[in-house]
Amino acid sequence: MQRYATFRHGVHPAEHKEATEGLPIERMRFVDEYILPLAQHIGAPSKCLVKVGQRVERGQMIAAAGGFISTSLHAPVTGTVSAIEMRPHPNGKLAESIILKTDRFDSQSSFKPVYEGADGSLPKKDAVHLVQSAGIVGLGGAAFPSHVKLSVPEGKTVRFLVLNGCECEPYLTCDHRVMLEHPRKVMRGLELIMDHLGAERAYIGVEVNKMDAIDALRAACTRGDIEVIPLTVKYPQGAEKALIDSVLKMAVPTGKLPLDIEIVVNNVGTAAAITDLVETGSPLIERVVTLTGPGIRRPANVMVPLGTPLRDVIEHCGGLTSDTRQLILGGPMMGMAQKSLDVPMTKGASGVLALTEPANNRAEDPCIRCGRCLEACPMFLNPSRIHFLVRAERAEQAKASHVMDCYECASCSFVCPSNIPLAQLMKIGKAMVRQL
Amino acid sequence: MSTAHRLDISTAPFLHQGRNTSRVMLEVLMALVPVIISAVYFFGVSALMLIAVTVLACVLTEASLAKDGINFGVLKDNSALLTGVLLGLTLPPATPLWVAALGGIIAMVLGKAIWGGLGQNMFNPALVGRAFLQAAFPSLMTTWTLPESFLDVAPSTFAVPLMSAQADVVTAATPLALSKFEGKVTEVGPLFFGNTAGSLGETAGVIILLCGLYLIYRKIFDWRLMVSTLLSVAIFAAILHQVDPKAYPGPEFMLLSGGLMFGAVYMVTDPVTTPITSKGAWIFGAGVGVLVVLIRLWGGLPEGVMFSILLMNSVTPLINRYTQPRPFGSKATPK
Ligand code: SF4
Ligand code: SF4
Repeated sequence: MQRYATFRHGVHPAEHKEATEGLPIERMRFVDEYILPLAQHIGAPSKCLVKVGQRVERGQMIAAAGGFISTSLHAPVTGTVSAIEMRPHPNGKLAESIILKTDRFDSQSSFKPVYEGADGSLPKKDAVHLVQSAGIVGLGGAAFPSHVKLSVPEGKTVRFLVLNGCECEPYLTCDHRVMLEHPRKVMRGLELIMDHLGAERAYIGVEVNKMDAIDALRAACTRGDIEVIPLTVKYPQGAEKALIDSVLKMAVPTGKLPLDIEIVVNNVGTAAAITDLVETGSPLIERVVTLTGPGIRRPANVMVPLGTPLRDVIEHCGGLTSDTRQLILGGPMMGMAQKSLDVPMTKGASGVLALTEPANNRAEDPCIRCGRCLEACPMFLNPSRIHFLVRAERAEQAKASHVMDCYECASCSFVCPSNIPLAQLMKIGKAMVRQL
Repeated sequence: MSTAHRLDISTAPFLHQGRNTSRVMLEVLMALVPVIISAVYFFGVSALMLIAVTVLACVLTEASLAKDGINFGVLKDNSALLTGVLLGLTLPPATPLWVAALGGIIAMVLGKAIWGGLGQNMFNPALVGRAFLQAAFPSLMTTWTLPESFLDVAPSTFAVPLMSAQADVVTAATPLALSKFEGKVTEVGPLFFGNTAGSLGETAGVIILLCGLYLIYRKIFDWRLMVSTLLSVAIFAAILHQVDPKAYPGPEFMLLSGGLMFGAVYMVTDPVTTPITSKGAWIFGAGVGVLVVLIRLWGGLPEGVMFSILLMNSVTPLINRYTQPRPFGSKATPK
């Protein structure tokens, strides 16, 4: 058996990708109402630019970046602003959102470009600003504003660019489809980012359960300084630090960013979005979402306009089976369970997963110190020890046990035979330490 | 689309590898079945009675010590059941049943309950029970019998509590005692296939070894604990044997005699009382191995597996403290 590059530790959840990996990305019809929370990326929320009653054009900026680590927001359809109010957000809270009423008589086939003289390349000077004004964020799930990763602070350099095509979350296939259907866009976006950053070499890491995508990318690759790296199928292969270890055999020092070791990581979907931006002038107004799981009647990969209510996306896929018990936005390892079908699809929504049997509703047993969580943790932490400390509210000691290095991949919870919600406790521990 | 879905809210992950603690215990129990069968094969019906009694004692004790009064629900993690079987298998075949029951009660009370229950105990509960019996009834715990037929039961089996049992049976010396006190080394063959004197579960090396391999294959136990223990005994014994072959038996005898195989497969691997870190597992096993050889060769007892494991149990917190993993990306990341 051929061995592929990988990182150490991690887990092997069943992949469950069969239902959608062979399905081409489809479009859905426009619906009546779109809900656009001002906060749908990491960082400061966007600042609203429109008023109730105002008519907006598809692609028009409706909210501007609220700081450097923030980005802008654009109308996914032509229509009118019907309200600006608090609406349920996928994160479980209420969030200020712009509500758009779709213009039924508009074909919604054109959009207002954010990049007027789009000529297929990133402008040398204004690239960072351009990407920010196009609202592009990391489409892997975390939704970190992409322009931040394009701006290299004074005194820093970038040697390697790594593009994340792992899609290590079970069930999800949206990145897979993008790589397979638009390899040129991914490659072009990679070249643009790479040249902008002045990186020496670039790599695309793809798990080997997507061999067809690897072949497509290789066929689209025309440059010697770009390499497609097949990676072992293992979770969390696509976590930034794990991916850098797999591809470059380098470790990001604890508490540091990849940039500190001259590396930048981006998602493949983000690269494709940047290509769209420079070739058509299009801002980020839609994204590919995988709808799957036993509770979805017709699983699919769908190009969803941002702000589409969850209810409508599910309806597009034939609705939910009556035995659906849990609805998750994102992947099954790091996603968020949803209570309401009224939440909108945001920039970070990579998947909608409907489960009929919740996996983690079993009773918790005491920790039997089996060490499985230690062997699962890609950060080499001791989740067992940290969970005891967090439950005892010993924030200082949790900090000394490196709880802050946890990136919440949930591998530890996945393996724990005692069903202890370890990842959740890590999250709480991190919040406790931040309050110290 | 129907909107009447009652959606559950819980936190990620929404997948689980599927094997929970009670299932882990159950798989260990399944891997003990061949050992139980071999015990019954070699020692007859009294083996079966002993195991039944220790299991009952452990299960009833655990249920009556539940936090909310007597509650059989606490048994569903299968841990009391497992302790009972393990304890039973460490007893000599002629152990009186009431002594076995006492061992089971002690195992659950002193070995587990007073520490706060599952996951909290420092010492292997089955070995705590066994050590208590060793201290309280030293002669009973070193009386080895070989039954004449399957239904043959030693008179001591049904002894009345606190009456000293008249050991009117054919006793035999264990291979280790033969080696230690008479300088006779039993051949590998009988050791491997189990027809020697000894405790119920410790005589058939080959069966235990196969079960151990199965448990490793199923990833039930940390293989490092098993391997390091056996490796450490083998290496230490081989060195000594090289120095003076007459005074010190070779590694194959050391590995297959006494309770080592059983201890290495089923006791050293208890997750609760052994280090949580993988580096710690190596240290633990190495420590057990060295102690076993030291006690066997220079201690007052022919057998030292039990005390070696208990001793190492007591330093487990210390081993854990000094083998904490270093976060990935900290200066000396293990590479
Ligand atoms: S401790 Fe954090 S980083 Fe480690 S496995 Fe658990 S969630 Fe992942
Ligand atoms: S996996 Fe669960 S039971 Fe095992 S050591 Fe970690 S926390 Fe404890």
